Amino acid sequence: MADIEKLRKLCKLMVSANPGDHFHALDMRFTRLEEGKVLAELPYSESIVGNPETGVIHGGALTALLDTCSGFAAISALDDLAICPTMDLRVDYMRAAEPHKPVFASAEAYRVTRQVVFCRGVAYQDDINNPVAHCVANFIRLDPEVSAQMTQMIEPFLEGIE
Amino acid sequence: MSKTTGIAEIIQQAQSASSPELIIDAVPYARLLGMRSVYEPDDAGGALIFHLPPKKSNVGNPTLPALHGGAIGGFMEMAATIHVLMSMDVVKVPRVVDFSIDYVRAGRYEDTWASCSVVRQGNKLVNVAIQTWQQDRDASIATARAHFLIE
Repeated sequence: MADIEKLRKLCKLMVSANPGDHFHALDMRFTRLEEGKVLAELPYSESIVGNPETGVIHGGALTALLDTCSGFAAISALDDLAICPTMDLRVDYMRAAEPHKPVFASAEAYRVTRQVVFCRGVAYQDDINNPVAHCVANFIRLDPEVSAQMTQMIEPFLEGIE
Repeated sequence: MSKTTGIAEIIQQAQSASSPELIIDAVPYARLLGMRSVYEPDDAGGALIFHLPPKKSNVGNPTLPALHGGAIGGFMEMAATIHVLMSMDVVKVPRVVDFSIDYVRAGRYEDTWASCSVVRQGNKLVNVAIQTWQQDRDASIATARAHFLIE
């Protein structure tokens, strides 16, 4: 079972360790972590607008949000702190996100096999039952030795994180 | 107060001048990614391809370092949107219905390229295939397809 406290620190490390990277560019945050389930938030920003006339954010920013949120849901379902590469991702856009409001994402790992973690997620604003987008994303698991090595490599970096 | 140029007008200008960069410059998300476009010489008078130069704000993994999968996906989705606008007689931004991406290789922190092809154009729906590569054009780092609604 995943160590949720360590996972929380890993999330914090990932989004903050490399100033100026894509996490900073999108200002993505994780708001809740459970075993197999992760909630994240993407604040509204002018820089992710896809249609300058309407102010609606581009689908690509939602793809990044759902990919990241699903990726952490995958890690949260595993014993090791093993960052699994995304194998594939499909996003269905149900409606345009309303401008000037954050978008929330909720993703879960609904099946873990020896090689693959199967995840699904939803992006929404006011009401999770009126979603902006849905996604399914599959992640390939690292070999157990690589996974254990990665955990060992990551753990020292987590010590300084609150 | 000066009236800013509407997106429909920019799209028309881009189409008549064969200059997709006008659209890129008008879309904040495309500017955030830092993407560009070029016409590669071919028999049909130039094939549109898209370029994502290495930019720190697209990095997801600093240790490799590798591009964020979301940045690669966003680049491909944006490329497909612009490809549709440049190859069809539409002035409204096409609405993406769904987008499906297969990540087949890690996206290293280096020049990344994308090309799109319209698989099928109907009255309402367009299916676009997108390929992305880095140094070796025959070694895609990701392939994707998108459905767009057009008016």
